[in-house]
Amino acid sequence: MRFLLIEDNDNLARAAVDRLSLDGHVVDHAGSLSEAQDFAATTDYDLILLDIMLPDGDGRSFLKAHRERRAETPVIVTTARSEVSDRVSVLDLGADDYITKPFDFSELEARCRAVLRRRGGAASNLKQLGDVEFDSLSGTLRIGDNSIRLRNRELRLFEVFASSPDQIFSKAKLLDRLFSYDEEATENAIEVYVGRLRRHLQGSRAAIVTVRGLGYRLTVT
Amino acid sequence: MSAAPVQGSIRRRLLVQLLGGAMLLAVALFIIVQSLARQLAQDSQDNILTAAASAMLDTVAMQDGALQVDLPYAAFSMLSSLGNERVFYAVHAPSGLVTGYQDLVPIAGTGTRFDTRAFRGEDMRLITATRMLALEQGPLPVTVTLAQTRDGLSRTVDQIVAMAAALGTGFFLSVAVLAGLAARTSIGPILRLTESVERRGPQDLRPVTAPVPAEMAPLVGALNTFMDRLKISLQRSEEFIADAAHRVRTPLATVRTQAEITLRRVEKEENRASVREMIRAIDESSRAAGQLLDHAMVTFRTDHLEPETIDLGALCEDTVERLRPMADLRDIDLRVTLCARPTTSGDRILVQSALRNVLDNAIKYSQPESEVDVTLRARSGMAALEVRDRGIGFPAGGPEGLTGRFVRGANVEGVVGSGLGLTIAEEVARAHGGHLSAQNNEEGPGACVTLCFPSA
Repeated sequence: MRFLLIEDNDNLARAAVDRLSLDGHVVDHAGSLSEAQDFAATTDYDLILLDIMLPDGDGRSFLKAHRERRAETPVIVTTARSEVSDRVSVLDLGADDYITKPFDFSELEARCRAVLRRRGGAASNLKQLGDVEFDSLSGTLRIGDNSIRLRNRELRLFEVFASSPDQIFSKAKLLDRLFSYDEEATENAIEVYVGRLRRHLQGSRAAIVTVRGLGYRLTVT
Repeated sequence: MSAAPVQGSIRRRLLVQLLGGAMLLAVALFIIVQSLARQLAQDSQDNILTAAASAMLDTVAMQDGALQVDLPYAAFSMLSSLGNERVFYAVHAPSGLVTGYQDLVPIAGTGTRFDTRAFRGEDMRLITATRMLALEQGPLPVTVTLAQTRDGLSRTVDQIVAMAAALGTGFFLSVAVLAGLAARTSIGPILRLTESVERRGPQDLRPVTAPVPAEMAPLVGALNTFMDRLKISLQRSEEFIADAAHRVRTPLATVRTQAEITLRRVEKEENRASVREMIRAIDESSRAAGQLLDHAMVTFRTDHLEPETIDLGALCEDTVERLRPMADLRDIDLRVTLCARPTTSGDRILVQSALRNVLDNAIKYSQPESEVDVTLRARSGMAALEVRDRGIGFPAGGPEGLTGRFVRGANVEGVVGSGLGLTIAEEVARAHGGHLSAQNNEEGPGACVTLCFPSA
């Protein structure tokens, strides 16, 4: 996906750009409102991440202008202020959602997915893996005429595999992607979810294979 | 609101002073009228007695070597003008009693003299007057003594005294009424000012502009200055809380993001474990900071509650939609059932924050792939928001005490939390005249937390 990140704190912005690109996203960073307006005018983004406190003005004015332009790009506001402290909710000003800093990037991803789903989604979310069509937005696997709706964790796990077929992912790494840091999860849990995905993929040319001692990988024959 | 310590009352002081003055005046009036009346009565009796005595003395004459006294009709008609008084008389010459009552003894002394004394068992006024009768052999002093009862006179005096008492009482009563009115009118502006300040909403810190009497202008001026300062300090504390959140959270966000990146890149298991610990600690501190500041803001806003009508059904759906992505991450199904569509009066953001905290707990402590049910009901004037999960439930001791600050259940080890979620929810419910109740599900595992708000 292509993101526009509007954030005045350079350290945080750099880290966020790095972090989002790890998941294969393309991110442009704007440090001020004027910069953001230039970016938004010239490039089509899938999603805009907007900080509310900016050096040259309030992010809310960007939001207002954005909505007045009838721009379709969804906006998720990132704020360090508590939800209780703002008398006018950013949602009332036309934001699609907001997330409080510091945030878990899987939460951000979940919110992005929810927002994009509400907005009707784009075709670019479809990925073909052999005879399996994977829609990461709606979380469905289509194999022939058969369509399977994945649960959230199955979806996120499959997304990891589908992002780079044939790459081996260790159980520990998969655990980090699937569970939040305060959940006590064992590697057995990964086996459960892999088992479910294998059942879903039965009869297709895609399969998750165990690489003994190393982990799993997705193969397409 | 706490009552100010009270010392004295302007109204009472005014009343006491006015009534005290009136009382003194009334008593003085009574005493003066009474003594004047007595004085006047005595003077008029004395005048009559003097006139009667001299009339009698005028008739004294020497005839055929003996003293003759006529009792003149005029003298007795004068004496009877005072009413039915009885009169006794005695005329003495140096040789002894000439005529009259033997036992009526003249008053000692010279000239015309008066006395009040008991005579024949009654209180009487006496006069003794002397005339020198010119005779050939020299002047002969003749003394006339008159005694008159005082019955009718003292009745008249008593009447006058009673009238004086009535006059005094009437005076006192009318002054009392006037004093009451005066006290009320002078207190009036103070009461009106109090009322207009009390009628204000908590956020209404505009200066008082209604005209007040000159004496109260300094007070109102001081009040206005105070409200100005209060407004500024309220704004400051609100901004401070929001700013503090910003200052704490932005660097934490950077650290957290960097930690996530590191975790992706690090291969060695023990290094990964420490990075995971780091992220957990960051989450813990950012959550604690966030909840602390939220709690401060909730306290601040409940102190300055600006109620609006809240559609709880819509609020419920909005809040659940906001949290659905979080629940999705753990494959928890959030289900909303609106059995009724009650409204309540309150601060929307606060009520939302209460529900969010309860829901947040439900999601956090639920098993993955389970359900959390949010049910909105209306029962006996209350709107009940019930959040039921199938998680670990409250510890064996029950939910008692878990709404206290920083109190966490004994069974939540391993789950990041600040111990302020239920505190915030309960404080919001209380501030709105509602309450929070929590118990474990009767059937099956999990907890059920209910937020009640009065229906509007």
